Amino acid sequence: MNQAEFLSIVVPFKDKIFRLAKRLLVSTEEAEDATQEMLLKLWKNKEQIQNYKNVEAFSMTMTKNFCLDKLKSKHAQNLKIVHSNYKDENTSLQKQVELNDSIDWVGRIIEDLPQQQKMVIQLRDIEQYDLDEIAEMLEMNNTAVRVTLSRARKSIREQLTNTHSYGVK
Amino acid sequence: MVLNDIEKLIEKYENGETTLKEEEQLKDYFSQETVDPHLEVYKPMFQYFLVTKKEQFTKDVPLKTKNTYALYRWISVAAVAVLMFGLYFQNTRPSDEIDPVLAQQTMEALNLLSTNFNKGTSSVNLLSTNFNKGAENIAYVGTFGETTNKIFKNN
Repeated sequence: MNQAEFLSIVVPFKDKIFRLAKRLLVSTEEAEDATQEMLLKLWKNKEQIQNYKNVEAFSMTMTKNFCLDKLKSKHAQNLKIVHSNYKDENTSLQKQVELNDSIDWVGRIIEDLPQQQKMVIQLRDIEQYDLDEIAEMLEMNNTAVRVTLSRARKSIREQLTNTHSYGVK
Repeated sequence: MVLNDIEKLIEKYENGETTLKEEEQLKDYFSQETVDPHLEVYKPMFQYFLVTKKEQFTKDVPLKTKNTYALYRWISVAAVAVLMFGLYFQNTRPSDEIDPVLAQQTMEALNLLSTNFNKGTSSVNLLSTNFNKGAENIAYVGTFGETTNKIFKNN
């Protein structure tokens, strides 16, 4: 497999890898590094790519595991404070797109959700994957995905309602 | 879209029962300028989803790493080849066989050289003793000169 063939496989979902990584790692730089790592891993195993049933789902699972490992090692090193210090420095573009402050707020609410809910919301509401696909990517069963999704959506809505009614912004 | 339908969809949505198509409808509805006041809460949520999806990975990925590994591999092969070549020559050179006839001839030649050399040194010795004698004689001439000077001074 040459570079062009590899890229044609990878390009359609490289942004999705990046966004999932960013959802979990928060900082853009960390997410970029993780994405790069994932793509290089795929490139190294490019001979086996044909054997994978679903390269995209496989890559997403790999990304999920990689990011969770990364977070875990950060926790193990007692760097939790450092992690919560991760701040996205590259907000300018996002700021341009986000005219509304409350949109920003949604991002922060999702950031505080449990890991599992975060990923399900990311994969379903942002990347619009099928529930079965999500189940495959996250190594869960279909019902569990649905329940997690429902919880996450309700939790976001509740917190949004709270911020709206209390005027906490 | 009728408001009733949206409300139903929202309920299904919160239970995680909407299809992707229905969620698409919700996204469309909430990307309008004005939505019904009691549904206002959902607006930032769906807008956030739409906005976030636009974010892209822009960094380049260096995919050529494999080729440089191959290059290093060939360089190491070449290095090993050169090493083996060198070792081979180092081992073979000392084990060259000595021709006895040639050795005999060399010995004879060296003996001849040494006897002639000894002759040469003895003649050089002779020369040096003669030279010493000459030097002594010159010393005599020197003392003779001194004494003549004294004689002239005295005069």
